[in-house]
Amino acid sequence: MGTQYQDRTMAIPEIHPEHKEYWDAAAEGKLLIKQCDSCGEYHYYPRVLCPYCMTEKTTWKEANGTGSIYTYSVMRRGVSYAIAFVELDEGPKMMTNIVDCDLDTVHINQKVKVVFKQSGDEDNPGSFVPCFTPA
Amino acid sequence: MSIKGLAYIAGAFEHPLRKAPNKSVAALHAECAKGALEDAGLAFADVDGYFCAGDAPGGVLSMVDYLGLNVRHVDGTDTGGSSYIAHVSHAAHAIAAGKCNVALITMAGRPRSEGRSGVKQKIVGANVPDTPFELPFGPTAVNEYAMATMRHMHEYGTTSEQLAWVKVAASHHARHNSNAMLRDLVTVQDVLESPIIADPLHKLDCCVVSDGGGALVVVKPEIAKSLKRPLVRVMGCGEAPKGLLGGKTDLTYTGAIWSGPRAFEEAGVTPQDIKYASIYDSFTITVLMQLEDLGFCEKGEGGKFVADGNLISGVGKLPINTDGGGLNNNHPASRGGIIKVIEAVRQLRGEAHPQVQVKNCDIALAHGTGGGLASRHGSATLIMERV
Repeated sequence: MGTQYQDRTMAIPEIHPEHKEYWDAAAEGKLLIKQCDSCGEYHYYPRVLCPYCMTEKTTWKEANGTGSIYTYSVMRRGVSYAIAFVELDEGPKMMTNIVDCDLDTVHINQKVKVVFKQSGDEDNPGSFVPCFTPA
Repeated sequence: MSIKGLAYIAGAFEHPLRKAPNKSVAALHAECAKGALEDAGLAFADVDGYFCAGDAPGGVLSMVDYLGLNVRHVDGTDTGGSSYIAHVSHAAHAIAAGKCNVALITMAGRPRSEGRSGVKQKIVGANVPDTPFELPFGPTAVNEYAMATMRHMHEYGTTSEQLAWVKVAASHHARHNSNAMLRDLVTVQDVLESPIIADPLHKLDCCVVSDGGGALVVVKPEIAKSLKRPLVRVMGCGEAPKGLLGGKTDLTYTGAIWSGPRAFEEAGVTPQDIKYASIYDSFTITVLMQLEDLGFCEKGEGGKFVADGNLISGVGKLPINTDGGGLNNNHPASRGGIIKVIEAVRQLRGEAHPQVQVKNCDIALAHGTGGGLASRHGSATLIMERV
């Protein structure tokens, strides 16, 4: 039994100029995060200025793509889906969906790895967005 | 500059309707404005400051025009459901600075008639920096608060039974409010047996979706003392937005950890001095976390604090939301902050329902959390006293 993951239409993200590299990489299955050259901190979602020291010296880095679930919730109205925050190995936590598994087995501290799903639908396909699945 | 004692809440009005399909949102604002001014004993012509938030159609400019106001100070601060608590603070500042003497705050909406609910995808405008990294994943009001609940349960052992007590207390109070949307008494078991909306939150952990609104009139001390209503003085306020902290996200606390101490410091009182508290109850978890963050109990002890009727007037140590709150009474425009101030004013005036009126209620607190607990929210804390 359980609650098997089902594909659902994900809202298409608006592409802002400062995030072009991020979405280009996502189309190739890579998760980019920003690291500050000045203070060394990673941050997410990516900004032009580091949100910790406010310098503009931020660099795109490819994340390992693995982490653990910080928290989650399975929506039980309509098509079930698991929204979550995943804590990346690099440190930042990011909002995402847990996919391709029995949603009833999702739990905090579960090890997960990134997998990209395409937003939109067949008639109106959008960018690939980073989801996570049990590692 | 401290605002302590520099402004009074002279008028308060809560719209009696909970379903208003045949009224425009602007008309609801106007009816609330009229009600609050009549309550104060003032007229539209006396108003020289106007405050509204994102629920006001067309914002400050359209509303001032619609209401026929002649004002010299306006403020359209929007921090979701906490906006109107912040507006009281801003009005007090404006009055203290001589920018206005009679500040009118209105809010109204009809999400019930318009079919909106907390399980639907949020609607946001273009160019918002965070949305590309969130909207694809389906954040809604309920699953955001559910994620905060899940983490709180994990770190502190909070249980669904404990959360249910928040709803039980609300239902006890709502029995005495003839305008409340839900008036039936519920038990812990009822909450636990209601359907799960988003793990771990049940249907009865969620607030109502109601039409309606409210308004407040904040005035300078000389005007308050010339009116016939009991005197409710603003003692202190605090505000704080909280977001996802660049990825150093921590969903176990709210902005109340910052807004609360600021308000208590300005007011010169402590949580032990508060006789009645209006605590934003979009969901049961909202109440539990705010009580911890405001210092009514230790962090992580919220579950024990809310259990066993501790929030029920005449039964527990801290009566909250004696109108039935957002969980049972009213959550107009999905923004409940103004109703929180209105019930606190009723308590301080001794005008709450006799069955829920707190004895010797001389100091009260109203606190709001507006927005998403797992994205961005505004926190506003207001402390008032009867003089």
